[in-house]
Amino acid sequence: MIVVYALATIVVMWIAVPLGLIFISAFAEPSEYYDLSKPFPMRFTLNNVNTLLFILGAWRSTLNSIIVAALTIVISFALGLPAGYSLARFVFKGKDLFKLSIIGLRMFPVIVLAIPLVVIYLRLGLADTLLGVALAHTAMSLPFVVLITSSLFAGIPIDYEEAGMVFGLSRAEAFFRITMPLALPGLAAAAIFVFIMSWNEVFIASILTLVNRTLPADILVSALNAPDPLKFAAGFIMVLPAMIFVFFARKYLIQVWGITIK
Amino acid sequence: MLLFIGYPILETVRLAITDPDTGKLGLMNFIALSRDYHFWEAIKYTFMLACIVIPIQVIFALGVSILLLKKFKGSNAVLYTFLIPLTISDVAAALIWYNILTGNGYLNRVLLNLGLIQHPLHFFGYQYRDMEIVAIVTTEVWRATAIVFVIVFAGLQMIGKDYLEAADVFGATQFQKFRYIILPMLKPSLQTALIIRTLFAMQVFAVVWILAGRDVPVLSGETYYQQVELKNPNLAAAYAIIIAAISLMLGFLYIKLLKPHHLER
Repeated sequence: MIVVYALATIVVMWIAVPLGLIFISAFAEPSEYYDLSKPFPMRFTLNNVNTLLFILGAWRSTLNSIIVAALTIVISFALGLPAGYSLARFVFKGKDLFKLSIIGLRMFPVIVLAIPLVVIYLRLGLADTLLGVALAHTAMSLPFVVLITSSLFAGIPIDYEEAGMVFGLSRAEAFFRITMPLALPGLAAAAIFVFIMSWNEVFIASILTLVNRTLPADILVSALNAPDPLKFAAGFIMVLPAMIFVFFARKYLIQVWGITIK
Repeated sequence: MLLFIGYPILETVRLAITDPDTGKLGLMNFIALSRDYHFWEAIKYTFMLACIVIPIQVIFALGVSILLLKKFKGSNAVLYTFLIPLTISDVAAALIWYNILTGNGYLNRVLLNLGLIQHPLHFFGYQYRDMEIVAIVTTEVWRATAIVFVIVFAGLQMIGKDYLEAADVFGATQFQKFRYIILPMLKPSLQTALIIRTLFAMQVFAVVWILAGRDVPVLSGETYYQQVELKNPNLAAAYAIIIAAISLMLGFLYIKLLKPHHLER
């Protein structure tokens, strides 16, 4: 048993220590950070985060990232939810093929999408727009949304809806008043999943944008030349929202991740 | 779906077979790539990183899965902690490890202050390329073992207790149980994990780009470089096609090689 606890502690440390250290570095006084005579900085400041966000303008790319993620959630759910529902509820011709192609698409390297999108977006007037990035992120997350929602809906017995329809609800009403509320926590977790995917995606975003950078793209391009303390502030800002989300939705997230990799 | 993904793929192919100067169609971009030193370097390093990172991740994930299969107090907390990197982007993960390994980083601070080393260890810069690879491997293992773990752990939980109990009855050792029951039954999960991880490994980008730049060229890094720095979408598209082709081939190969033979289902 002692061995188990020792190993468990090592596993936790392996993840938690690097995370803790980026938090420390993000708030460390730069003079302390550059002083090698102490193992850990002792004086802290908000200046690094402040400089990054408000002087270098990272708040704008942070906002861009949030907008792109929100747009991605809206579009991919608008397209993916009906598909997921029909996969879960109806038998139709070519259903297996449809399901297989979605599973295959999930594996598709997004890099292949990014290059031609630059050309296509120039034609469509979507070049360097947040909507353009969101559409590309939708292509990336849509297969996941379809898979997650179909498995969520499949987990809610069709009898409930049928019972509702016996009592005079239309199919749409039955869906919105019975199935939807039951699926809501799972859907929220799926939305978080999409948010994290979009928030973290860097390759597409940095290729498709020039001025309207998202946060990872901004950091990839500009922060590399910034002094170290600013890099750590950037790392901290990138890690924070995802961790907050995970903390609140941890139970559901495991379920969702389980679905996406089946 | 077709519009979203099908059309861009066609456009990628069209870009990849168009000559950037004359606009003629042909394989000139691929021929140009095959003569490019960086292309072969990128192939070499992409596969090298995959070959180092993936076995470590599979073994590590298996180990943690077996550890967490034993229910103990706080095992859920360990589980959640181990899953945190799933939510962390490659950019952030690279910065997190840069923070530890850089000249002023905590590894050097602690070692210097303990008197174990006299001069800081260098992980970054062209002349320390081998160390850069160590840094990349560490970051990738830290960041992406969780995805292997989720798959393997789910697979382990599905193995019926009966099999293991039956093995106990016949006096099987721990190793025998692992080798003859757990491993064969885990094969489908391992296969999925390997496919997913390999395909991701072919696209490894931001970690390498941030930690090593082009010191360690990889396929997606070269794609990015051609597109963004050299403004050559045709060569970038050729790179993208090659990444997609390699991914497809590897996916096929795994499915062929790892077909489970002795499963009941």
